[in-house]
Amino acid sequence: MKIIVDRAKCTGLGICESLAPDAFEVNDDGELVLKTETVPPGTLSDVEEAIAGCPTEALRLEP
Amino acid sequence: MSARRLVVVGASLAGLRAVEAARKDGFDGRITLVGAEPHLPYDRPPLSKQFLEEIGADGTPPTFRTEEVLRTDLGVELLLGTPATFLDTRNRAVGVGERTIGYDALVIATGATARQLPGMQGLDGVHTLRTLDDAVAIRRALDKGARTVVVGAGFIGAETAAAARKRGLDVVVVEAQPTPLVRAVGETMGGALASLHLRHGTDLRCGVSVIALEGEGRVERVRLSDGTALDADLVVVGAGAVPATDWLAGSGLTLDNGVVCDETLFTGAEDVYAAGDVARWHNPLFDRPMRLEHWTSAAEQGDLAARNALNPAAARGYSTVPYFWSDQYDTRIQFVGIPDADEIAVVDGDIERDHQCVALYRADNRLVGALAVNRPTEIMKYRGLITRGASWADGLTFAQTRRKARDTADA
Repeated sequence: MKIIVDRAKCTGLGICESLAPDAFEVNDDGELVLKTETVPPGTLSDVEEAIAGCPTEALRLEP
Repeated sequence: MSARRLVVVGASLAGLRAVEAARKDGFDGRITLVGAEPHLPYDRPPLSKQFLEEIGADGTPPTFRTEEVLRTDLGVELLLGTPATFLDTRNRAVGVGERTIGYDALVIATGATARQLPGMQGLDGVHTLRTLDDAVAIRRALDKGARTVVVGAGFIGAETAAAARKRGLDVVVVEAQPTPLVRAVGETMGGALASLHLRHGTDLRCGVSVIALEGEGRVERVRLSDGTALDADLVVVGAGAVPATDWLAGSGLTLDNGVVCDETLFTGAEDVYAAGDVARWHNPLFDRPMRLEHWTSAAEQGDLAARNALNPAAARGYSTVPYFWSDQYDTRIQFVGIPDADEIAVVDGDIERDHQCVALYRADNRLVGALAVNRPTEIMKYRGLITRGASWADGLTFAQTRRKARDTADA
């Protein structure tokens, strides 16, 4: 599964990083960095929570 | 799952997440979503931020879902524009306007209502900022170049002032306490954050209260306790919010600064759960009752309350490290944890000097909170530490490691 970020929507609030730190990190400029393009093994439910928890609905998964 | 009709009272974020979670969980019974406002569920944080800033923008409301998605895709019956009037737990029914609707499972998500100032009713140009209608009215006044007085230097007040300044308007913020944001971030950091107003030309007056709002039908002046009178076309009152529990009087639910719940958001009445700003639940992570007015917890509690209400036998607890953010004058303020601390240590930066900082909050030997101002990469790492029950020493060591890493990268 590939993680997709809608850059127009993301404002770097970081909730995804707190729920799935292996996949997401906000950098010092407030931009979201994907630490990996695909869901890291064993973290699918964390990543799904992060997607559901995004206040700007900027994240989704693609097969 | 035996419930056949889920009723969710409150059509904001928590209520929306409740109906969505019910469907995600496979519930195929009837769902009714009751909302006091006539609008479809919308997102509140933008109302005091982007929504106020854009001059003459079309003001598209930050609606979460279209009516078609709610009615057709999610199969939700919408009862919008009419507040709930009572809850009868014995007969499992909720009053909505003239109607009485039965439930098998109920989620209470009525949120909170902006606190009013005495004497503000019936005076045009005076608004709280909680609802879409409030924000539309305030934006119209700002579009006309209103001389603006903001009452209360909390986050809503600060964001409103920042929006007015961004438009180049003069704005005075009146704060009754000697320091703003004491309850949110503690006195030391509240004082430091106040410097943002001064730096951006907002006239902040602390330790002064509003004696009277004056005007003939429409506000003209704000009279203060120090004898000053401020000319005003627009007054925005940011005096906090109170949980919307009036309709639950006589319901038998325990009401004490919100609907009192256990850690699974259960209210004590069979199949009745609560979520969002209205819920005061036991947060196991800090072992204390909390009522939060934050986006993240409202979303998560709405989701969980519906799942628990539909399947009480498997109800799960909700534990969280609170998180909120505020955007003011191009500054992002983020806070995780709780601000009631024995000690606050600034571990990086300085708001007044560098326009950025990280501060940590200690209670006993534990790291309980962290504040980041324009340091978005730091904040969630501390949320992780607090979630794992990190000690104060762990927090300080981690901060040192982060500082060193950055210094090396900068060198």
